[in-house]
Amino acid sequence: MSIKKISKEQPSNFEFNKVNLNEANNIIKNYPEGKKQSAVMALLYLAQKQNDNWIPLSAMKYIAKFLQIPYIKVYEVATFYSMYNLAPVGKYFIQVCTTTPCMLRGAYDIVNVCKKKISENEKELSKDKICSWMEVECLGACINAPMMQINEDYYEDLDDKKTEKIIDQIFRGEKPKPGSYRGRKNSEPENNRKTLLNIKNA
Amino acid sequence: MLRDEDRIFTNLYNDSGPDLTSAQKRGDWHDTKLLINKGREWIINEVKLSELRGRGGAGFPTGLKWSFAPKEIGSRPHYLVINADESEPGTCKDRDILRFEPQKLIEGCLLASYAVNAHKCYIYIRGEYLNEGKKLQEAIDEAYENKLIGNNACDSGWDLDIYIHYGAGAYICGEETALLESIEGNKGQPRLKPPFPALIGLYGCPTIINNVETIAVIPTILRRSGKWFASLGRAKNTGSKIYCISGNVNNPCNVEEEMGIPLKDLIEKHAGGVIGGWDNLKAVIPGGSSMPLIPKKICETIKLDFDECIENKTGLGTAGIVVINKDQDIIKCMARIARFYKHESCGQCTPCREGSGWMWRMLERMAKGEASRDEVDMLMDVTKQIEGHTICAFGEGSAWPVQGLLRHFKKEVVKRNNFNPLVDRNKKIPYLVDQHLLEK
Repeated sequence: MSIKKISKEQPSNFEFNKVNLNEANNIIKNYPEGKKQSAVMALLYLAQKQNDNWIPLSAMKYIAKFLQIPYIKVYEVATFYSMYNLAPVGKYFIQVCTTTPCMLRGAYDIVNVCKKKISENEKELSKDKICSWMEVECLGACINAPMMQINEDYYEDLDDKKTEKIIDQIFRGEKPKPGSYRGRKNSEPENNRKTLLNIKNA
Repeated sequence: MLRDEDRIFTNLYNDSGPDLTSAQKRGDWHDTKLLINKGREWIINEVKLSELRGRGGAGFPTGLKWSFAPKEIGSRPHYLVINADESEPGTCKDRDILRFEPQKLIEGCLLASYAVNAHKCYIYIRGEYLNEGKKLQEAIDEAYENKLIGNNACDSGWDLDIYIHYGAGAYICGEETALLESIEGNKGQPRLKPPFPALIGLYGCPTIINNVETIAVIPTILRRSGKWFASLGRAKNTGSKIYCISGNVNNPCNVEEEMGIPLKDLIEKHAGGVIGGWDNLKAVIPGGSSMPLIPKKICETIKLDFDECIENKTGLGTAGIVVINKDQDIIKCMARIARFYKHESCGQCTPCREGSGWMWRMLERMAKGEASRDEVDMLMDVTKQIEGHTICAFGEGSAWPVQGLLRHFKKEVVKRNNFNPLVDRNKKIPYLVDQHLLEK
C-alpha cells in the first residue's frame, strides 16, 4: 500500500473535544456488543478532522485506550489506509486524481499547476503552510474527469486555467464552489442527452 | 435503445430531487408491505426468475447467492452488507445512486434483508464519498422518521437497522472479504474462501454482500415482476445496467441501457462519439480497469453483456467503459493502470505484491522505449505468474489489463523496444564475473 512518512514533530497529548467525544460514543453504538474495534476507522477520521487534517501518534494511543484495543491494532489500520495523513498536510489538502480515465483527459495539466502554484513536490507544504497537494488513485468521478478533491469536496471537469483560479481562491482564504466547472449538471450527457427527457422537461 | 418507461433509475441525473417525497412520486416505497407479505420464497424466486446478475463486477447470480443464506436464524444473527466501495477506475455509477436514488437503495436493503433473514445492514461507502454518504444518511433518517425502516418497518413486522461504515481509501476493500475485515476494524486484507461469507462472514455470522446497483434494482424487479426484467437483454444476461462512459469521448456520461447494447451505439449515441471521430478510436476498456482492453476491430461489433465480453476475451465487469483514442499513448495508459495496481495491492500474497510493482516498472520503461526485446515476453510471463496464484481476484485484475495490451498491441510494444538483450549488446558487464560466457 501507500508509503507513509510519520511526522517527526509530534504533539505530546491528544484528546477528543466534547463534540467529537459524543460523536465517537454514537459511532460505537452502531456496532454489536463487544465489537468496539469496528469503530476504529471512523474514530481515526474524527481525530484527523479535529487535528487539522493529520493524525499524530498520541491520537492513535488515545483511540486505542478509548476502544480498549492494543495500540498496534490502531497503528496498523492508520498506516494501511491511504486517507489517513500521518504528517501535516495543511488546512487545504488537494488530491489530484491521475489514474488513466483522468489522465486521458489531462490530469497531468492539473498536476503541473499544483507544482507551479503550491510546491515542487507532492506532500510538501506550500510556503505559507496552508496547503499541500498529492497525486492519488481513482476517486470515482471518471465521467467528470479531470477532477480533484480539496478536503471533502470534489471539483470536477477542470482544466489548467480553472485549477489555477481555484487555487488562487484558496490562497485568498475563500472557499471555491464544489462541483462541475463546465456548467454541467452532475453526470448527464452535456449536449445531446437522449434519455429521460420527459422528466427533465416536466 | 431502452424505452424510458423501462428505465429503473429515473432520477439518475437528479431532475426531480432525491428526497423521500419525490422518490415516492417516482414509485419508490409503493406497497412495500405487500411485497414483504408475499414471503421469502417468493422474493428469492422472483429474483431468480429475473436472472439478475451481480452488478459489482463478478456477475454472480443474485437469487442464487441469497439462497445460500441459512433458511432460519440460528444462534448467530444474519447480516446484509452493501458494497459501495466503488473505486474501479472508469466506474462511477454507485455514486449517482447514493446521491440521487438513495430511497431505491434503502428499499432494496429492506427487501433483501427480509429475504436473507437479516436485521442489520451495513453500507460500506468509500471514504472519499463523504458528501454522498451524508446524503445517504439524510435519506436513511428520513426513512426512519416515516417508519419505512427501523422497528416494524413498513408495518410488515420486520425490524431493520441500517448503518453506514466509511472506508478510508483502499481499493482492495471492494473485495467482499476484505470489506468485512475492514468493517471489523482490521486492515483490509482478503480472507481465504471457503468458508464463504454466506455462512461465515461479518463477525463470523452469515452475511450476504451485494453491490449498490444490484440492491437498488430489487424493488423495481419485485414490483414489475422478474419476467419483465428477464425480457430485457438476452438469456442469462438480462435487464438493464448503468454504463459509465469516460475517456476520450465528446460527452462522457452515465446512462442506463439494456444489457447487450452494441458498444458502438453506446459511444456514438449517448457519449457523443469518440473525440476525432470513430476512426480515431484506438482501444476500449469495457469493464473498468481490471478487464483486458479490446482494439477497434472488436469494438465495431461487440455487444456489451457478460457472456459476449467473455467470448471476446475481456469482461463486462462494472461496465466502466474507458475510451482511448489514437492521440494517446496506449503503453503509457496501461503503465498508469499498472501503477494503480502497484499502489493498491494489499501486500498479503507475494505474487501480487511483488509482481504488480514489477509489471509497472517494466511498462514504464516500455513506454519510454528503454526495454529490451526479451522483456516483452518476460512481462507476459510475469502476468501468468500472478494470475491464479493469489487469495483474491486482485491478482487477475492487475494481470489482465497487461495481458490485454500484449494480446492486441504486442507489435507496437516490440517496435518501440527493439533493443537486443543486455547480455548480447554489452561486451563487458562489470558485475558478470564469468565474462567468457559472452564469447561465442
